[in-house]
Amino acid sequence: MIRAVVTAAVLVLAGPALAEVDVKQVDSPGGIHAWLVEEHSIPFVALEIGFRGGTSLDAPDKQGATNLMTGLLEEGAGAWDAQGFAEARDDLAMSVDFDSWDDGVGISARFLTETLDPAGDLLHTVIADPAFEESAIERVRAQVLASIRSDSEDPQALAGEALAAQVYGDHPYGRPGQGDAQTVAGLTRDDIVAAWKGAMAKDRLYVSAVGDITPEQLETLLDKVLGDLPETGAPLPGPAEAALDGQVRVVEYPTPQAVIRFVQPGIDREDPDFFPAYVMTQVLGAGGFESRLMNEIREKRGLTYGVAAYLSSKDGSDLLAGGMATANASVGESIRLVREEWRKMRDAGVTEDELARAKTYLTGAYPLRFDGNGQIASILLSMQMDGMAPDYIDTRNDRVEAVTLQDVQRVAARLLDPDRLSFVVVGQPDGPAE
Amino acid sequence: MTKASLFRAVWPLAFTLAAAAPAVAQEVTSFTLDNGLQVVVIEDHRAPAVTHMMWYKVGSADEPPGRNGIAHYLEHLMFKGTEILEPGEFSRVVAQHGGNDNAFTSYDQTAYFQHVAADQLGLMMKMEASRMTGLKLTEDVVTPELGVIIEERNQRTDSSPGALFGEQRRAAQFLRHPYGNPIIGWPGEMSTLTLEDAVSFYHDHYAPNNAVLVVAGDVTPDAVRSLAEENYGGLPANPGIAERVRPSEPPQLAARHLSFEDPRVAQPYLTRSYLAPERDPGAQETAAALALLADLLGEDPNSSVLGRSLQFDRQVAIYTGAYYDATSLDDTTFSLTVVPAPGVTLEAAEAALDETLAGFLDSPIDAARLDRLKRQYRAAQIYRRDSADSVARDYGQALTSGLTVEDVAAWPDIVQSVTADQILAAAREVFDPAKSVTGYLSPPPGAAPAAAGEPPVTDSSDEVSR
Repeated sequence: MIRAVVTAAVLVLAGPALAEVDVKQVDSPGGIHAWLVEEHSIPFVALEIGFRGGTSLDAPDKQGATNLMTGLLEEGAGAWDAQGFAEARDDLAMSVDFDSWDDGVGISARFLTETLDPAGDLLHTVIADPAFEESAIERVRAQVLASIRSDSEDPQALAGEALAAQVYGDHPYGRPGQGDAQTVAGLTRDDIVAAWKGAMAKDRLYVSAVGDITPEQLETLLDKVLGDLPETGAPLPGPAEAALDGQVRVVEYPTPQAVIRFVQPGIDREDPDFFPAYVMTQVLGAGGFESRLMNEIREKRGLTYGVAAYLSSKDGSDLLAGGMATANASVGESIRLVREEWRKMRDAGVTEDELARAKTYLTGAYPLRFDGNGQIASILLSMQMDGMAPDYIDTRNDRVEAVTLQDVQRVAARLLDPDRLSFVVVGQPDGPAE
Repeated sequence: MTKASLFRAVWPLAFTLAAAAPAVAQEVTSFTLDNGLQVVVIEDHRAPAVTHMMWYKVGSADEPPGRNGIAHYLEHLMFKGTEILEPGEFSRVVAQHGGNDNAFTSYDQTAYFQHVAADQLGLMMKMEASRMTGLKLTEDVVTPELGVIIEERNQRTDSSPGALFGEQRRAAQFLRHPYGNPIIGWPGEMSTLTLEDAVSFYHDHYAPNNAVLVVAGDVTPDAVRSLAEENYGGLPANPGIAERVRPSEPPQLAARHLSFEDPRVAQPYLTRSYLAPERDPGAQETAAALALLADLLGEDPNSSVLGRSLQFDRQVAIYTGAYYDATSLDDTTFSLTVVPAPGVTLEAAEAALDETLAGFLDSPIDAARLDRLKRQYRAAQIYRRDSADSVARDYGQALTSGLTVEDVAAWPDIVQSVTADQILAAAREVFDPAKSVTGYLSPPPGAAPAAAGEPPVTDSSDEVSR
């Protein structure tokens, strides 16, 4: 074995240079707050706008209203119908994408510096004066219903929905964000207008901009685009209680390969043990080809194309979740292996070597994320919505570095709970699933 | 609050949309080592990071008969050890430095890439060089990996009626050309692949004179050249590497029609595809016309020809699309998709599609819409500079598909020069009913209507990752 020729030569080198990002905090005359990174070398701006709340604002019988509303924002506004809006946007060679998820609604725009004024006018019209025409509602409703039909037989989507329903019950997190066929069919224009007013308001607004724009220009843009928003929106749903009983539940579905999801309680970002938990999860399942789960289940046994576990933080719930897909005949063995890794980690934590490798990866990879205006704008929006300060970028690697072997051992014993690790299997597992 | 060192260099501000559209020259340099390894360097000094990509001019379309899937299997095995690296060590070393690595296989190329801090470039080269000619494989690591690719096929293809349908459509599109075989392999053949198959394929195709190195990021051409000579310069060329010549397609004289039924399907749809010319070195005009044609027909439902006709005016579709894969070594495909509205049969949707295409061929092209598209292409040249990675991919894919650095640089201007007449001429050439392949995806008759659904599979997913 000739290993180490390469490795030894490398480990003496210093880690990668730490990227530094100069985040300016901007407050417009109209009172809108934003984070800005000026980057004048390419003549365009990436603008990210986020509203806290998202599809979990929907009432049970109106589930899907926020998703349908978001899909309609590009289907007509002001004097434009859907086609007129597309032409106006294309004339400016800008892009605008709309998205909704359980905790938020997002608008992601990219425009050339020389179109700053008209791009701002267009965004203002879309956000402040959407048309929600009946013909557009019917067209987009048909698209959403098609998507629901698709998900109803996609093993991955089925597993996600079954797990959410099991874990979150009646909390909005337990229902599919796009709604179901019945609720979507029943949505009226009034429901959509109500979802728009409830979701997009100043009391839940976050903005980031990266690119060829000055603080003064951004202040003007913020007031123009967002100044007309209502002050307050709909009440947020509050925290969710997660029901986790350690059982394996099977959703019978005819497919050659079963999809497996697993989940147990997670940890809050504010918890002093968050970073030890983050490093532990990296070793357990978030580290791609280097993780224990991947090594045991894919590399050694060839049972899956991929397996992962990760900390999943929503506004109202923290979970440690994971998933994989495997042949129906291997479901029992795979679940047994996941539980075994859970127990091993809980009882013995990680090794010095694993801790060191996880830390060098996490600290080295962090600066590499900040590559490109669009990418940085999106990171800055997530940071704000997760309640972080701009100096998190400077301190984050230090907090990873500070994690000790004892920290990981403590958090593994505290957090990992094989008895509450609950599984959902979509497929036709051979024999008992466990 | 921090001081910026992330953005250090200054890009030339040479471009405005108002100007008469000269495409901005990327900071691209290219040279070739004595052993035939071509090197392309794309400079982007905004962040201290680099992408190192090694592209081989070999893909699934170069596999020996009966060994379908070996290109992709070998790609997996390339992580399983070399003369100086243990199995898995390559990825481990990359991860130790905070980097990410992966690889993918396509019809015409196989690529390996790492995204790392710029000061790790030499190390990446050292490791990549060791697996260009020094791969060392043993049965104990090769055998489990066969299970991995079989599960990969299960996950990508067999779990999805849309993916199975796409595989059947390609097989029907290409009678003779190996583009008709799936990259990951037909199930029967891939399960019989062996260590010897992989090693033999490796020795036939992996050599510096059959590869293109693309480096993008915070680097200078001089530094890359010196590191490349140091790490790759000593590897021997393989004199047995010859120009790739695959079986060519016979003339298609009869329209082909497939109906694929799967009880999992709840959302039926249809596809129509045609064999189409690809970008050729020094002759990219027709491909540029077809690229614009795809955008005119299907780029955005709210402004495209198919969207306006089938989704707005006739209301027979809930989704329409048009795709053209311009970069390919041999003849490629131009394809159209229609997802019918509830209550509309696939036959009715196909008839509406044909009427719309006929109407398009008989009318002048909307000049304002063509102008808008070209304007978007010009702006895209600016937006693309935000991602050196995607520029690197463009070069890698083109240079392993028979094109040159000059062809890649010329493409934006060629797109701008395309006229409405050229687009119509290209459309008339390609949309020949006798040369069409039409596919229907639906549940079997009498199946419960609430069975499965699948979004249409586009032709852009033609690549299989590790």
